[in-house]
Amino acid sequence: MIARRIAAAALLAAFGALIIPFQTRLAAEAKAAGFRTTAINLDLRERIGQMGFLAALSGFRSPLAAFLWIEAHTAWESTEWGRMAGLFNTVTTLQPRSILYWDMAAWHMAWNASVAAMQDEKQPSEALRIRAQRQYFNLGKDFLERGIRNNPDRHQLYLQLGVMLRDKFEDHCAAAKAFLKAAEFPGAPPYCRRFAGYEMAKCAGHEREAYEFLKALYLQGEKQRLPTLVNLLRDMEKKLDIPAAERLNDN
Amino acid sequence: MKSLQGTWAIGRTTFTELVRMKVFYFLLIFALLIIGGSAFVAKFSFQEQFQMLKDISLGAMSVFTSLLAIMATANFLPKDIEDRTIYTILAKPVPRFSYLFGKLVGIFLLLTLAIILMAGLFLAVLWIQERGVLAETRAQLAGGSAEDLALALKEVAASTFNANLIPGIAIILVKSALLAAMTLFLSAFASSGLFTILMAVAIYFIGHLQATAREYLLAGGDIHWWSRVLTAVVALIFPDLQAFNFVDDVIAGVAVPTGLFLQTAALGGLYVAVYFSLAAMLFAGREL
Repeated sequence: MIARRIAAAALLAAFGALIIPFQTRLAAEAKAAGFRTTAINLDLRERIGQMGFLAALSGFRSPLAAFLWIEAHTAWESTEWGRMAGLFNTVTTLQPRSILYWDMAAWHMAWNASVAAMQDEKQPSEALRIRAQRQYFNLGKDFLERGIRNNPDRHQLYLQLGVMLRDKFEDHCAAAKAFLKAAEFPGAPPYCRRFAGYEMAKCAGHEREAYEFLKALYLQGEKQRLPTLVNLLRDMEKKLDIPAAERLNDN
Repeated sequence: MKSLQGTWAIGRTTFTELVRMKVFYFLLIFALLIIGGSAFVAKFSFQEQFQMLKDISLGAMSVFTSLLAIMATANFLPKDIEDRTIYTILAKPVPRFSYLFGKLVGIFLLLTLAIILMAGLFLAVLWIQERGVLAETRAQLAGGSAEDLALALKEVAASTFNANLIPGIAIILVKSALLAAMTLFLSAFASSGLFTILMAVAIYFIGHLQATAREYLLAGGDIHWWSRVLTAVVALIFPDLQAFNFVDDVIAGVAVPTGLFLQTAALGGLYVAVYFSLAAMLFAGREL
């Protein structure tokens, strides 16, 4: 029996050696397809504790991320913004391919935490309140940018980045670029291109380009001729002194 | 042909025995977990609700099938020896190989049924929730444009069912079959069921690190000889269980390429064949 056991161990090791090239190729294919992108390292170990780390290593990354997300929600209810940011970091590290987690984390930071910082009654200095607000804006933007780096093949986070740059940073040129990037993806909502045009129109030095872009959208047909687009085109015709023959018809 | 009939008879009996052991009670816990879980997350947005339902359900499916594979396989050999049923079976013209294979077939049947039931329950809860959210969305956007409504409904549908969930669930089954075959291999030389369970659980954890050990080993670099030996042992002896973790990324919306799915399933099949052959080899020489 001992001889058989030794033979079995030797055969198992031989099989292990033979299969290594296949396993390596399969792992590379999985990574290329977007699987196994989570960085399970000491930094994560420190953040989620020993049991959490063990769970993450044992194939329970997604349930662990869900539990931590619920914890972050509880932190939101008690307005613990710092704790929320930490939990969001962990959740997005565990599930870097989940658009929802990046999007919601960014939204909580740039919209909720930033407003709370601005209305913080414990902070008498307005300058410091504004500083804290800007920090949360940047934190939100950082989530979206990291999310995009992890998911460069999907439009949703580019769209959200455009919204954030438009509404929170008022950086219309950058917002236009983000909306345009989102619009390039198949399956992106049709309003991405319109939003890009609206922002381009507010980007200094790009008015003519914006006019051409919006006019091209207008010429695509009724579906694009929304009141905002039509009104903006009329305003730009005046501003850019477009010849009457090239202007939109009044009806 | 006769040997195949014998194997099938053993497989059926093993399956019936396991069902009679009331192992399917775990389904009640699974149902409580997903139905209770979905009620608990009702305060979240619909995208979050669906994401969490998938996270918890597929995670639970993975845990339950892995545990079922290990527990059911680890116990049958010691139990058959203790009950002396093994002697009755092997006294007939049934080769030891057929006996083991029949047992494994019975366990595979159990695992397949378990995963079908769990997947059915999970998809039913997901479908019911989706119906609810779709009705709510239609009511909310009743006065709006058709384009807005279509976009909103498309978004709801995209957050719920995703065809990639099916290969993800299928790979959970492949992984559990691998664990069952590996546990069978351990029980072929183990002296007790407890030892087999402990070893199988330890291998389960180490198996999830096999890929890391393999990468470390292949990367070379300036490492101690004992470190190299240790990683080589892990890379060569243990199965790469991380290769079978599709669901974590499938939930996040990653598509499963057909080639990758088929190759992973083939890898699982290969592991099952090797573990079973080694188990049969050891069992053939075992004194009963």
